[in-house]
Amino acid sequence: MNFKTSSPSWPRAVAAVLRESSAGLAGGKATKTWDSKLYSAISGTLGEPWNLEKLLENQNCKGYGVPKGKEREQRASIRFKTTPMSTLMDVLRHRPGWVEVKDEGDWDFYWCDVSWLRENFDHTYMEEHVRISHFRNHYELTRKNYMVKNLKRFRKQLEREAGKLEAAKCDFFPKTFEMPCEYHLFVEEFRKSPGITWIMKPVAGSQGKGIFLFRRLKDIMDWRKGTAGKKLTSSEPQPARSTVNPSGGHDTRSSDEPKDEIPVENYVAQRYIENPYLIGGRKFDLRVYVLVMSYLPLRAWLYRDGFARFSNTRFTLSSIDDQYVHLTNVAVQKTSPDYHPKKGCKWMLQRFRQYLVSKHGPEAVETLFSDMDNIFIRSLQSVQKVIISDKHCFELYGYDILIDQDLKPWLLEVNASPSLTASSQEDYELKTCLLEDTLHIVDMEARLTGREKRVGGFDLMWNDGPVSSEDGAPDPSGLGNFVANTHLGRWGQVGRARGVGLERSHGGSVAQWLDCFKLIHNLPAV
Amino acid sequence: MLQEESDLSLVIAQIVQKLKGSNLYAQLERQAWASLQRPEIKLESLKEDIKEFFKLSGWEKKLQNAVYSELNVFPLPSHPAAPPEHLKEPLVYMRKAQGSWEKRILKSLNSMCTELSIPLARKRPVGEQKELLNKWNEMGTDEPDLSLFRPVYAPKDFLEVLINLRNPNYENGDSLSFRTHLGLIQVPLKVKGIPELKEFFVELGLTTGQLGIDDSTQVPPELFENEHVRIGQKVLAEQDSAAAQQYIRQGSPTALRAELWALILNISSQPEDILYYEQLKTNVIQHDLLVDSLIYKDVKLTASNDDYYFVFEDYLYQVLLCFSRDTSVLGHFAYNSASPPKSYIRGKLGLEEYAVFYPPNGVIPFHGFSMYVAPLCFLYHEPSKLYQIFREMYVRFFFRLHSISSHPSGIVSLCLLFETLLQTYLPQLFYHLREIGAQPLRISFKWMVRAFSGYLATDQLLLLWDRILGYNSLEILAVLAAAVFAFRAVNLMEVTSLAAAEAVLADLSTLKVMPLLQIFLFATVT
Repeated sequence: MNFKTSSPSWPRAVAAVLRESSAGLAGGKATKTWDSKLYSAISGTLGEPWNLEKLLENQNCKGYGVPKGKEREQRASIRFKTTPMSTLMDVLRHRPGWVEVKDEGDWDFYWCDVSWLRENFDHTYMEEHVRISHFRNHYELTRKNYMVKNLKRFRKQLEREAGKLEAAKCDFFPKTFEMPCEYHLFVEEFRKSPGITWIMKPVAGSQGKGIFLFRRLKDIMDWRKGTAGKKLTSSEPQPARSTVNPSGGHDTRSSDEPKDEIPVENYVAQRYIENPYLIGGRKFDLRVYVLVMSYLPLRAWLYRDGFARFSNTRFTLSSIDDQYVHLTNVAVQKTSPDYHPKKGCKWMLQRFRQYLVSKHGPEAVETLFSDMDNIFIRSLQSVQKVIISDKHCFELYGYDILIDQDLKPWLLEVNASPSLTASSQEDYELKTCLLEDTLHIVDMEARLTGREKRVGGFDLMWNDGPVSSEDGAPDPSGLGNFVANTHLGRWGQVGRARGVGLERSHGGSVAQWLDCFKLIHNLPAV
Repeated sequence: MLQEESDLSLVIAQIVQKLKGSNLYAQLERQAWASLQRPEIKLESLKEDIKEFFKLSGWEKKLQNAVYSELNVFPLPSHPAAPPEHLKEPLVYMRKAQGSWEKRILKSLNSMCTELSIPLARKRPVGEQKELLNKWNEMGTDEPDLSLFRPVYAPKDFLEVLINLRNPNYENGDSLSFRTHLGLIQVPLKVKGIPELKEFFVELGLTTGQLGIDDSTQVPPELFENEHVRIGQKVLAEQDSAAAQQYIRQGSPTALRAELWALILNISSQPEDILYYEQLKTNVIQHDLLVDSLIYKDVKLTASNDDYYFVFEDYLYQVLLCFSRDTSVLGHFAYNSASPPKSYIRGKLGLEEYAVFYPPNGVIPFHGFSMYVAPLCFLYHEPSKLYQIFREMYVRFFFRLHSISSHPSGIVSLCLLFETLLQTYLPQLFYHLREIGAQPLRISFKWMVRAFSGYLATDQLLLLWDRILGYNSLEILAVLAAAVFAFRAVNLMEVTSLAAAEAVLADLSTLKVMPLLQIFLFATVT
């Protein structure tokens, strides 16, 4: 039982807590009278919020609740709490046996946002069965500067322990320097290869704000002078949650870490990928979902579906010249007359994969996708020892990957709160399925055996070692014909594909169909 | 026997005549001359030696492919004395109907011209030419005001014309018999029944491996897919059109499709083809046509709003604008029941010597026209190649979907085939829908006119078009339309209005075409 205890308007909250929790614990037997009686009792007598906990426990002892310790087996319902996101709420509310907790209610499952986590995680006591949707220090992976720092360190460690070849497998992020602390290193690198384009982004930037490209050192010095005075970039109001961002530029992601935490200087300078792979003249990036259930040991699942987000504008480098060019892709798109937010400039990964196969053949695409697997694994390994391991936590990461013209994937960033807002029907289906499958793996209902290699659209990608797609025990040493258990973009529309047969939805099996055909077919048999 | 022989010699004469004017002929001649220098060519066995040389150097294969392509496109002459309009369309009432339909289209186009006071064509000022040239690769970013333009016609207007089509020599009679056709199409044409279709589409049978069925994730690739891909590579290595056409009846592997289709359509991107495309592009840049606005409007209304094809918007303009200028398309009117509309130089109305075809290619785009191109963008990335493929697909197949003719692949026959299949094999469903005022053809017509482009998922659509190419016939469209109705029959039996029936059939993007076709044709009792 854990209460959030710091709310100023507690009496109302208390009522809510009691109502919700009693409904949860007693399987809906609680009555209004019980509620109001209790409410008057508390509001009349109690001063210290923590006493409520005691009171409720007393109530439990009177038989309304379930004795502690047996909760996991006997819980009639799972009390969940969530940030108000439509897709997420739809999924959680429709899950059988799950009840929503409002306001300060007591919960078993909380899909929280990272700002809540930052403020409350350390003061929250969680019981054995309770699950929460982030790791305490998720930002080790999801903030650009930390991610790069961790990857660089991991790379060095690999080089020491396993040699250069192994370390080279970590070369999937563009050269990045943290500003201002690595400014001198950056200048050194900058001078080494003149003429290339660099991109500056705030470490926890969102929606392309504060991003710009440059080719001359002078630009960045001017900029530093400018921002030092104004401090504009960080004080702009941020939307609470990143919404779907159809721009496809790799410059416009949100990491959802609130900005107020970050001083204005916290930028990274990153080598700009000048030869992105283009489809129809448009730049795009890929969004891939990875679910981490535990860091020690590392246990990660890869979702089969995801999408490519296209930029509405045509890619060109010619506009980057002497001055700053702010890549306000989203802003540009929102004012362009053909911007239809509902249109959704997305391709499901399956379609993307198919497109690439038709252009480059299956082998090249196989290589590309296994290079992407490598990115997921290495990036998670790089923070494995840094992230505070906690069995209450799980996290659904949104990876942003850019592909260049040589079919090499680059890691742009990892999002702790990938947007779950849907931009189209197809997108809605993808996201609801993604969330449902995530909940299946989180497994509040204790239905899994723990030996599953696939749950819904998720494939177990790493289980303290690589997972083979073949049946039988995972065999990390078998270098021979090891096939990784990853199927990114292999079947599209995960949700729909469940019923295999003539149609991907509505579960029409061949036999069923034949039956209905015969029904109507009234020709004499020959 | 004698008749057959004379037929054959007639065909040969015709093809020789056709090829004599072609580029290939000139190339062969050049090669023959050049070969005289070779040591293995002897004067005493000149003819044989040159033949041998052609065989070894691959020119014979090219000639074979060209002959095969001619055989595919041109209808065989029925009688040496038959007038050319019989080649277009043997039935007088069809020709008449097509003629008056064309008049209507032209009238509508003319009235739009007058209404908006826009000329049919004008030369662009130099400044505008430059501007267009600069944004050739991003024409989609242009936002001309097209609110006043409307598509010249939409499929449903065309359907009304087909419904009113009657054969004056045919007594429909008032008395109902079991032979009475209860559908919307009331002209007597010979269409295939299921037994004939089974024979025709024999390779789609249950015992033959199919891409689209036997490559699903449940089937190990060793069973069919691997071998099929290997054969496909062999076919490509041989560069044999006929073999490719036979092969593709079982479906094309994604990675080989672009090349296989090009081989079947006998398209090889020669430098002169690229030059030709560049010429068309110059024409587009120099002159502005009224149809350009129609094309723009159509792309914006259809492909740009399509979840799959929006990426290719720019390609569509690059293909369609050039297509409208391509006078070589006029050649297909020799065997198309339609005739290109004529326009007269100002002040010379009606004087044949001042007549020009308008648009230069003779094809007036209608609502949804750009969807014929869109799926091809998935396969071809070079605009000139994409263009050639589209043009060939148009003059072989797509024109039949919007001209009134008695050809088995013509839209009238397809409609009749569709209705006959439903009435014969799903009479209860057919009767039910007819009774509630939801004639099935009212729903399926648009699918067939667009060859299902924009209705099916891309992978499924390409599998369908594989079979169109493989069988050199569009009849598969009618079979699929009927199979879709059969598949959703249970739901359709419950609807009580046209709107409800349309809702049941609104989303086809989840369908898998090959199992549907296979079961409809082969797995049911007939």
